[in-house]
Amino acid sequence: MADDPPVGAKPTDATSPVASRAWPRWLGWIPVWRRNLLVWRKLAVASMFGNFGEPLLYLMALGYGLGALVGQVGGMPYLHFLASGIVCSSSMMTASFESTYSAYSRMAVQRTWDAIVTAPLSVADVVSAEIVWAASKALLSAAAILVVATALGVVDGPQALLALPVVMLTGLAFGALGLVVTSLARSYDVFLIYTTLFITPLLLLSGVFFPLEQLPGPVRTLAEVAPLSHAVAVVRPLVVGASVPSPGVHLAVIAGYAAVGWLLAVALARRRLEA
Amino acid sequence: MPATPDLDTRAHPALVHAEDLSKVYGGRPAVDGVSFRVTRGECWGLLGPNGAGKTTLLRMLLGKTPPSGGTLSVLDHPVPGAARSMRARVGVVPQHDALDPDFTVAENLVVFGGYFGLSRREVEARLPWLLEFASLEGRADAYLSALSGGMQRRLSLSRALLNDPELLVLDEPTTGLDPQARQVIWQRLRSLRRRGLTLVLTTHYMEEAERLCDRVTIMDHGRLLDCDTPGGLIERHIEPQVVEVHGEGAAAWHAAAGARLAERHEQVGDTHFYYCRDPGRLLGAVERAAGLRFNHRPANLEDVFLKLTGRELRDG
Repeated sequence: MADDPPVGAKPTDATSPVASRAWPRWLGWIPVWRRNLLVWRKLAVASMFGNFGEPLLYLMALGYGLGALVGQVGGMPYLHFLASGIVCSSSMMTASFESTYSAYSRMAVQRTWDAIVTAPLSVADVVSAEIVWAASKALLSAAAILVVATALGVVDGPQALLALPVVMLTGLAFGALGLVVTSLARSYDVFLIYTTLFITPLLLLSGVFFPLEQLPGPVRTLAEVAPLSHAVAVVRPLVVGASVPSPGVHLAVIAGYAAVGWLLAVALARRRLEA
Repeated sequence: MPATPDLDTRAHPALVHAEDLSKVYGGRPAVDGVSFRVTRGECWGLLGPNGAGKTTLLRMLLGKTPPSGGTLSVLDHPVPGAARSMRARVGVVPQHDALDPDFTVAENLVVFGGYFGLSRREVEARLPWLLEFASLEGRADAYLSALSGGMQRRLSLSRALLNDPELLVLDEPTTGLDPQARQVIWQRLRSLRRRGLTLVLTTHYMEEAERLCDRVTIMDHGRLLDCDTPGGLIERHIEPQVVEVHGEGAAAWHAAAGARLAERHEQVGDTHFYYCRDPGRLLGAVERAAGLRFNHRPANLEDVFLKLTGRELRDG
């Protein structure tokens, strides 16, 4: 043993003593959320390009193209109707993608979660961070659309900014639901099923592209139970400058999805990783 | 200096103390009522074949899975109850490194320090030492894809030292590395051990256990079979000299002469192992026999391991 050359100085020489303090339980998600933010920052330009570019294309093609044919929808120009809906659907799509495909990569492929839980952080911290991160990206993409919509003259006034917390809540709900699926997933394939059976129907049937009233009774009931239609019901009037009917009920439904999804995702992820 | 097996527990308080610890998966015990102590400053090795329960035991030690029975304390913290604050003082080198491929070498360390509540500035102050320890000076801005397997393992080791731990836990620290890279890891671990860091490691490499560990615990089928210094295990279980005989006619020679010339004999495939205190007569006989190939060596940990765990092939 004595034949080994000495390596480096003593570990404590650099800044002794190193004060390693575990994060308080309720803040443990912060360093994990920050990790995702740091990765995103490296790709921010491409990511922002997508955030602005895609809604712009939708608004141009559907808003102007289709809008010229259909005229007024729900008592407003179709472009206004569509833009205020896409703010919500884009937050759902962004949070869902982030909490399924991306989170699964970190959990099962890169083993990022495995390394994190060797530190004084728990599976609940990681799951919470992933949900908040999914919601943060949802917020970012919705904000980008609001900027584009403002430039197109759709946004009525500063009360549209109140749509942002609603979008954040929507992102938390879909982030939590996505993490439930991710905690159960054995491969990427299941996310295609989740998207096809749940996310895409919500995108098409929640009042984003046409009013709920157009739907036949049973389908409409289903759409009204799901979270996205509640987000649309609050965000659309805020964006186009109308009064919001019973916002408390809508927000409570979305918050309910977020809370139940969060509890379920934590329980399932713990079952998977702490067995 | 190897520690003596009967350490005074007052002078060397137990850093890890497990009592009748077990873990059952689907009715089958993966860890079956094990008790052990790891004392401060020692390198404690857990040696066992695949599926022996080593990784499950480590996971319980870190509070990553709750035991089905028994008690466990690590650094005076009951586990899993207080595992979170215990882990603040423990460094872990996981089997698959689990480094972050989205980050550079330096970013990996800064981000991981964040998990321990260390600020960027605090980690950056330690960065020169951590990079030097990993022999990655000048590679702070390299991405993981540019690092060899050995470099990644060294970075994983440096990362485990970020929080200046009292206990370092390593799951198969040199599996998958080439011989040179493995030597470097061994050298680093010995230098940490000399500084008084307590090491707990799992391995299925005999020479790793023999070279690194003050005490080796042999585990199989979820149970701890024995625990001692490598030398003590060899002395207690195996005759000190081994002669391996193989080649055409080995079986006939064994029946005619070999069987009477050694205290103990084992056969694996076409090779006969003779365990003796004094191999003089056996060596003389085997040299006179024509067509036999033989190898005379001192007994090692592998002989103990094979005696205790059996010679059948383990898959999985």
